[in-house]
Amino acid sequence: MSQISSASPAFTGNDPENRLFGPLPDVTGEAGYEPDHPARVGFFTDTSVCIGCKACEVACKEWNTLPMDDADGNRDALGLSGMSYDNTGMLGANSWRHVAFVEQSRSVDLPMPAIGAPAAPGQGVGSAGGCGGSCGSAETPSHANADGVTIDQHSVLNAQALSSFDPQTAQSADREIRWLMSSDVCKHCTHAGCLDVCPTGALFRTEFGTVVVQDDICNGCGYCVPACPYGVIDQRKDDGRVFKCTMCYDRLTDGLQPACATACPTQSIQFGDLDELQARADARLATLTEQGVTTARLYGRDTDDGVGGAGAFFLLLDEPEVYGLPPDPVVTTRDLPSMWRHAAGAAAMLVGVALSGFLGRRR
Amino acid sequence: MTPRHASEPGDGGAPAEGAGPDRAAQAPVAQPDPEVAQARTPEMGRTGVPSEDVDAPLDHRPGVSGVATPGGGWRKADGPSASGREKRKRRGRRGGARDGDPTVGDADFQSYYGRQIVKSAVWKTPDVPLYLFLGGAAGSSAVLGAGAEFTGRPALARAAHLVAGGGAIASVGFLIHDLGRPERFLHMLRVFKPTSPLSVGSYILSPFSTAAGGAAALTLLSGVPAVRRSRGWFPRLVRSAGLRRTASVGAAAFGGPMAAYTAVLLANTATPSWHEPGNQLPFVFTGSALAAGGGLCMAFTPVDQAGPARSAAVVGAAVELAAMHKVEHDHGIVSEPFHIGRAGKLLRAARACTSAGAVGAALVGGRRWGAVASGALLAAGSLLTRFGVFDAGMASSKDPKYVVIPQRERLAARAAADSSPKDA
Repeated sequence: MSQISSASPAFTGNDPENRLFGPLPDVTGEAGYEPDHPARVGFFTDTSVCIGCKACEVACKEWNTLPMDDADGNRDALGLSGMSYDNTGMLGANSWRHVAFVEQSRSVDLPMPAIGAPAAPGQGVGSAGGCGGSCGSAETPSHANADGVTIDQHSVLNAQALSSFDPQTAQSADREIRWLMSSDVCKHCTHAGCLDVCPTGALFRTEFGTVVVQDDICNGCGYCVPACPYGVIDQRKDDGRVFKCTMCYDRLTDGLQPACATACPTQSIQFGDLDELQARADARLATLTEQGVTTARLYGRDTDDGVGGAGAFFLLLDEPEVYGLPPDPVVTTRDLPSMWRHAAGAAAMLVGVALSGFLGRRR
Repeated sequence: MTPRHASEPGDGGAPAEGAGPDRAAQAPVAQPDPEVAQARTPEMGRTGVPSEDVDAPLDHRPGVSGVATPGGGWRKADGPSASGREKRKRRGRRGGARDGDPTVGDADFQSYYGRQIVKSAVWKTPDVPLYLFLGGAAGSSAVLGAGAEFTGRPALARAAHLVAGGGAIASVGFLIHDLGRPERFLHMLRVFKPTSPLSVGSYILSPFSTAAGGAAALTLLSGVPAVRRSRGWFPRLVRSAGLRRTASVGAAAFGGPMAAYTAVLLANTATPSWHEPGNQLPFVFTGSALAAGGGLCMAFTPVDQAGPARSAAVVGAAVELAAMHKVEHDHGIVSEPFHIGRAGKLLRAARACTSAGAVGAALVGGRRWGAVASGALLAAGSLLTRFGVFDAGMASSKDPKYVVIPQRERLAARAAADSSPKDA
C-alpha cells in the first residue's frame, strides 16, 4: 500500500493500464494489494422493489452514529423539505443513504361516466369514444373476459399485472400518479474522483475495493467535495473533516453485511461480490424487459462508463436525473493530463513573458 | 378497472402536455408554449406522440400504465409540466445576460426537485480567491525579481522580492486557514499524488514560499541599520548578494508553476464551469498573474527601472483577456454562469479594470502617477477575475441544468456516433 498509484499517467496521459479512466478488472490489485485480496464487493440497488421505507437510512445512521441534519445538511436541525416525503434531501456528511422520493403524474382522458359500479369492459371502450376501432384492444384477454378484474388479480405476478396493479401507481381524478423510490448511496467508483484528488491520502481503497476516508488523516481541505461527479461526499462544517459511506468497512472486516442491506425489507438493496451482483442485475433487467418494463435500465453497471463502473449500481425506472443522479458522470481525473500539459505551457508562457522584458535592456 | 379499460390506447404514451382541458386551465400563461404547440401539430396526432409510438404493442394492452410504459408522459407531480413551470420561474428570476452577451436558452431538462447534483466547493470566500490572486501575483513577481537581480535593477528587485515574499507567506496563511483542520496542514506532505493538484500544489507552494519569503526577508533585513553596519558573519551573510540571488532564482523556478497550478486545482473538479474550460483556465490564471505581479511591481518601482514589469503586465493583461474570452464563450451552457449574476458583474468589472490598466500601462506607464494608477487597476482586475471565476463555478454547481444538459448532449452525441457507422 505504500506505492503511489497513477503517478505518471496523471502527467503524461499515457495510460495503457487504465489507471485514470476506463475499465479496470482488478481495482483492488491495482491499488497495491496482494493477489489474494478479497473479491470486490458492492451494492445492487433495485429500485423497482423499493418501497421507500427508509429502513436503510435509519440503519445507517444508527450503525455509523451519524448526527441528525435537515434536507440541506444543517446539523441538528429538524427540517421538512416541503417538496415530498423526502426530508433527507441529499447524500452528505451525515446522510450516507438517501431515499429519493419522486412523485410523477400524467393526465388520463377519462370517459365521462367514470364513476359507478364496474361496467362490462366493452362498454367502457365504447364510451371513451377516442379509440376509433383502431386500437385493437378489445381482442386482449382481459377485455374479452367479462371478469377481467379477476383475471388480473390471478396473474398478479405477471407483467400485465405489474402494470395494472402496480403498487407504485394510483389514479386520482383525471390523472395518474406514480412514485419512484430509490435509495442512493456512495458509488464506490472504480475510478473515484475523491480518492484521486485527496492530497493527504486520507481517502484510500480498501481490500474490498471500496473507498473509505480515514478520520485521523483527513485535514479538511475539502477538495474531494467538488471532485465527486455524483455529489456524495461532504464536509461536516463543525468538525471540518469530510465523511461518506464506508460500505460499513467495520462490518465487512467482521464478515457482516452493511447495515443498510441488512435492514432492507424488500431486498431492494443487495450486497455481495460485485461480479455476482452484476450477473444478478443483468438477469433482473432481462426479466423486467421481457415483462414489458421497457423503462428499466441499469445505472453504474457499465464498466465502460465515465467512472469505470461503480461499486454500487442501480436499476432505475426513469432517467437518472429524475432521481438526482448525473446522466453521464465522468471522473474529473480523466482530463487531468491535458490540464497539466496546458498548465505547463501556461507556466512557461509566464516565465517567458516576464523574462523577455529584460532582454536587450541591460542597464 | 372499467375506467382504465375504457381509456384509449394512446394514453399509455401520451405526454401530459397532450391536448386536454386541464393543461390549458392550469398553465398560467395564455400563450401555448412551444412544447404544447408541437404536441398539437397534425403529425403528432391528438395524443401528442408520433403515431408509431401509439401503435407500439405495449400500448394495445388495456389499462396499460405505470412502470411498464416507455417514457409514458410522466412529469413531476403538481402540474402538467413542472419543468415548464420551472422554466418560467427561471426566466423571471434571472433575466439572462446583458449587453448582447450570448446566453443559452433554458433547455428542457429534468431534475430531482431542482436540487443540485454535484456538491459546491466548501472552500471559503474570500480565502481561496485571495489565495489564487496572491499566489499568482507572487509567482510572476518572483520571476521579475530574479530577472531584476541579474540585470542591475535593485529597486525593481526589491519591490518584486517584497511582493513575491509577502504574497507567498500570506497565501500560505489563507490556505491553512481554509482547512477544516488547520492543525493538520502538514498532512499535505504525507504523500505526493500527481492526480491531486492540491498535492502537487503543496510541493510547489512549500519551496516557493520558502525561497520567496527568504528573498524578501533578506531584502528587508539588509535595510536594517544594525545589519548594514555590523561586521559579524551573520550580517555579512544577510547582505551578501549571492544568497539573495540564490533565493530569488529558487523562487523564480517555482513562480510559473505557482501561478499555473491553481487553475488546474479548480478545473480538476466536477464543477461544470471550472472543469469544462480546464485547458484555458491555466492561461487565464497565468495571464492574470502577470498582470497583477507586473502591475504591483511597476507601482512600487521608479519608472526608469520598471520597464520589464510594465511589459510583463501589458502582455499578461492581453493574455488574460483573450483566454478569458474563450472561457466565457466557447463552452455553451457551461459558459453561462460567467455572464450572469454576481460572477457576471465581477467579470465585467474585471474586464474593465484590466483593459484600462493595460492601456494605461502602455501609454502613461512611463510616468510615476500613470504607473501607480495603471498598476493598481491591473491588480484590481486580476483580483476581480479570480473572484469572478470562483463565483461562476460555485453558481454552476448549484444549478442542476449545468450538470444535466451537457451530459445529455454528450450522451446524444455518443449515441449519434455509435449509430452512424451502421447507417453508412
